[in-house]
Amino acid sequence: MTPTTEPYLQCEGISKRFPGVQALEGVALAVAPGAVHALIGENGAGKSTFLKILSGVYAPDAGSVRLGGVPQAFHNARDAIRAGVAVIYQELQLVPQMTVAENLFVGHLPHRCGWLDKRALRAAAERQLAALGEDIDPGVRVGSLPLAQRQMVEIAKALSRDAAVIAFDEPTSSLSEREVQRLFAVIRDLKARGRLVIYVSHRLQEVFEVCDAVTVLRDGRVAAEVSDLQTVTHDDLVSRMVGRSIADVYHYAPRTHGPPVLEVEGLLGPGLAASASLSVAQGEIVGIFGLVGAGRTELLRLIYGATRPAAGHVRVQGAPARILSPAAAIAHGIAFTPEDRKQEGIVPLRSVRENINLSIRRVLAKWGILRSRLERQNAERHVERLRIRAASLEQVARDLSGGNQQKVLLARALSGQVKVVLLDEPTRGIDVGAKSEIYGLIAELAGQGLGVVVASSELPEVLGIADRVVVMRQGQIVASLPRAEATEERVLKLALPVTAAARG
Amino acid sequence: MASAAPTAIRRFRQGALDNASMIVVLLVLLAWLYFRVPGFFSLVNLQGLALSVSQVGMVACTMLFCLAAGDFDLSVESVVIFAGVVAAMVINATGSVTLGIGAGIVAGGIVGLANGLLIARLRVNALIATLATMQIVRGLGFIASHGSAVGISNERFFALGTGSFLSVPNPVWITVLCLVVFGLLLNKTTFGPNALAIGGNREAARLAGIPVERVKIAIFTLQGLMAGFAGVVLASRMTSGQPAIPSGFSLDVISACVLGGVSLSGGVGTIQGVIVGVLIMGTVQNAMNLSGVETFYQYIARGTILLAAVLFDLYRRGRRGV
Repeated sequence: MTPTTEPYLQCEGISKRFPGVQALEGVALAVAPGAVHALIGENGAGKSTFLKILSGVYAPDAGSVRLGGVPQAFHNARDAIRAGVAVIYQELQLVPQMTVAENLFVGHLPHRCGWLDKRALRAAAERQLAALGEDIDPGVRVGSLPLAQRQMVEIAKALSRDAAVIAFDEPTSSLSEREVQRLFAVIRDLKARGRLVIYVSHRLQEVFEVCDAVTVLRDGRVAAEVSDLQTVTHDDLVSRMVGRSIADVYHYAPRTHGPPVLEVEGLLGPGLAASASLSVAQGEIVGIFGLVGAGRTELLRLIYGATRPAAGHVRVQGAPARILSPAAAIAHGIAFTPEDRKQEGIVPLRSVRENINLSIRRVLAKWGILRSRLERQNAERHVERLRIRAASLEQVARDLSGGNQQKVLLARALSGQVKVVLLDEPTRGIDVGAKSEIYGLIAELAGQGLGVVVASSELPEVLGIADRVVVMRQGQIVASLPRAEATEERVLKLALPVTAAARG
Repeated sequence: MASAAPTAIRRFRQGALDNASMIVVLLVLLAWLYFRVPGFFSLVNLQGLALSVSQVGMVACTMLFCLAAGDFDLSVESVVIFAGVVAAMVINATGSVTLGIGAGIVAGGIVGLANGLLIARLRVNALIATLATMQIVRGLGFIASHGSAVGISNERFFALGTGSFLSVPNPVWITVLCLVVFGLLLNKTTFGPNALAIGGNREAARLAGIPVERVKIAIFTLQGLMAGFAGVVLASRMTSGQPAIPSGFSLDVISACVLGGVSLSGGVGTIQGVIVGVLIMGTVQNAMNLSGVETFYQYIARGTILLAAVLFDLYRRGRRGV
């Protein structure tokens, strides 16, 4: 069903100021019923503020919100709900102790003269869930359902209130691939039923998959409005989000490569389906791309000795090296930043200074005695070089933003005599502006003669920064493509599991 | 951004500030005692107080590292007893005080090493492992002593526990020395920060090249040696190796550490905090004795203090956002 051209939701000149910051300035948005409209932007661009205005939590300082031509003035969230606007936040607004049916109709439970009509409640709930195509037992406690299903209950709740406008705030961050596809199917169904969907997300691949149009916010203003997503590329959007050209986002510049600094042959171990061989030259950035389960992290961890390899030879600057533990890797000049900052990287309660010096402490110490001055100098040098934003060296690492925490891990990796850096998903969960900074740092490191290996599941990122793209699939390396030959199509085709590719 | 070099004194002050709330509690406690419990501040009582906290204080030095690294050790009370019995037996058998002291300490160290291997190498949960060794070593103590106190024949041994220097009992000097040594270990060597890092995020520490297993084994072995030493000093004070001593010592040590700001979840701890925690615990116990509070009520009090310590730790963790 093609969307009618007359917009149902019309926002004009929306502005909102908080003490010290203009969160939104003159934001306009128009969406027709049956359309899925994405709202994207860096952290702090104003997306959440806009959603809160839409859902009635905040009142705008200026501007108007019109539904079906009728100006709205929401004084609270209930006004918005009654007007048919439902926002599904990351933190779902469900009561875990109550059943699905009770949650669906909270606030207007069916009753007979005050007595709760359980049968009517169950019947109504079953109707709503069936309309959504969901096979959830309405009598089940919401708290016992997995997140993806709770999200479905929230959507059903919105529909039961006859919401004409449904907004999603980062809905897929905790969902599995299959659950994401299920969500998209539901969104497409909402579209077909003439509902208007607003989709806020950091994940541009998803935006391209399920949305029709997109509004880009930057610093509280509309930076771009694209009515047909088919006409733009991922990089176009990124560039609009940060306000810089694509070349400036990825900081790529060709450079000369030296002799190989890391050579891996016949590496075998947990997570690898076949032996892996890899070579990285001085000054080269090698990007390892693969889908979920391809084995990227496993490969890096085996090279670093974080997981004990079952077989394989490693040479660092031509000399053979036995790498069976992280300490051995560090001693040979191989550094590593893990995929999960929180679980494996940052020591949350220790200071920035301690976190940066975690690896190098042993090397700097004399007879086991700490060399505080050297440690402090090392930390200061890296804070400056990597532009780490922290209140002080003694600030607790947990309080830093994701981007700065990643820089602290990078600083730790770069402390000491480093020849090769292995970075596992270095920009995961970091907003676009901070990502760009890290790309710049990666380019700098390569420019200084280090070998850099970046494992990532974000294809545009890999294509944007790498000199060479290594593709992994189901636990093995399937290709190694120089930058010129690494096109999105080719890489994706190589990365897809064989059965899917044969079918497709 | 502050970039002044942290001198030892400045670091000490910073650590004290971190524990400001507990210092306030201690001061309030002392003030209350000054007005309500006559005789608390007499020299005799203060000497007794210092003596009574000396044992907890010694073992708290190493328990600090154990907790900081994210582990537990319930076996120290049995090690204390066992070491005393071993020391007594060796002195009686060989007539040498030095050999006896050495044997007691080494006996403790062996138990500590066993703990370390169980926990670090075989990955047994620390609570379970040390609970088990606590029982085993207690049994060994009974067996070795045939169930009764082992009187010590060599009187030169008693000087260690009962002598004094500048009117301060020897055990107190020993405890102070331990606090200084372990304070230096915590703040000035790689050992301290490594232990804290392991407790803060074990995998991050491992990936950063810290030899996690080796550090943990060292921590438990040191604790065993220290508990052994404490046992030797205790035997000296009691002039015999006693196989039966009221249990709860391990928890007293842990309580003192937690009261002193050492987090039960690991990654946080200062020597200044431990000092304060030990003093608070000892003061409360001493005050109860002075006031003639019956032993049974003292059990309730000790349990309440432990609970308060754990709740306080949770509160601080909440504030830290862990």
